[in-house]
Amino acid sequence: MKNFIIKMWQTIRRPSVHFSLGFLVIGGFIAGIIFWGGFNTALEVTNTEEFCISCHEMEDNPYEELKTTIHFSNRSGVRATCPDCHVPHKWTDKIARKMQASKEVWGKLFGTINTREKFEGKRRHLAENEWTRLKANDSLECRNCHNFDYMDFTSQSTRASEQHSTSLASGEKTCIDCHKGIAHELPDMEGVEGW
Amino acid sequence: MTKSLSTRTIAKKSLSMKSVFALLSAGILMSTLATFTNAEEVATLRNNTPLEVQKEPKVMPLVSNDDIKQKRNYPMQPPVIPHKVRNYQVDLKVNKCMSCHARNRTDESQAPMVSVTHYMNRDGNFLAEISPRRYFCNQCHVPQLDTEELVENTFKDMDTIMKEKQKAQKAQAEH
Repeated sequence: MKNFIIKMWQTIRRPSVHFSLGFLVIGGFIAGIIFWGGFNTALEVTNTEEFCISCHEMEDNPYEELKTTIHFSNRSGVRATCPDCHVPHKWTDKIARKMQASKEVWGKLFGTINTREKFEGKRRHLAENEWTRLKANDSLECRNCHNFDYMDFTSQSTRASEQHSTSLASGEKTCIDCHKGIAHELPDMEGVEGW
Repeated sequence: MTKSLSTRTIAKKSLSMKSVFALLSAGILMSTLATFTNAEEVATLRNNTPLEVQKEPKVMPLVSNDDIKQKRNYPMQPPVIPHKVRNYQVDLKVNKCMSCHARNRTDESQAPMVSVTHYMNRDGNFLAEISPRRYFCNQCHVPQLDTEELVENTFKDMDTIMKEKQKAQKAQAEH
């Protein structure tokens, strides 16, 4: 093993004997494009709703629950898909989230939530993960669509405009503090602040 | 021997079947006649639309969402909900209504507090949390639709009746 690594290192260190510099540079460039393009395409594929609900765990639980909410069906016909709320749009944050998501592959392989009962058992834990994430990033995924700067308080209901113009405007509260359980069923809220 | 007996019973049975059938058909005839004569009088949800016709549905009215408390129509009427309650989760895990209307939440939410009776069990003891028998808010409290009433309501509340009575008594005394 050690010998193999040393041999590899020596090969990499030596100048190329058979290939021209041009070939290596242009070839490397093209290979880079293909690799990077392929990587991003694969990343985008994992960032679609079809991919998310290709596992029955996601299709039978969170997706079914989403269907009855305003983020699925509403007057203007704009709807949120899974990654809109659960994956950050910024590239670095997205990669970080994708790396975290590798644990979900583990969960899939070992069937952590492969029945409704197991999913219900983990519901509070899963929900808390999302609440902490959204609290930490100031509800970034909400704000990808719901931009505070363009909110018209006058067309909101009295209660909504009151709360948005005070607590939200001052930054004291963020979206997820009040809007928990808007897209999926809530877990047992025993001990959660504000419930 | 057994065969002839069985044929006889069958014959008997068919006779009784015949009479039952006759009775039934008479009954059906009468009931259809009755429905024909009553068709104009009895209002149904289908509004006399023939069975094979699919009626054009009415426009769905919007839920009132103005947050303005409404008057009770009678002393014990459960107050109506002046806002939308779409997707409010009230089940074993959580009660969304109570996240604003609970005793210990009203200072922040400024929502009307749930009545103290809702914290009592049936023996009159006060509980720390809402009583299980009052848990499902929507059994009594309902949101209102912004629409005309389907059937005219002739209900008079107690105050109106009392006023009318007093007026009548006054008029009688003056005579």
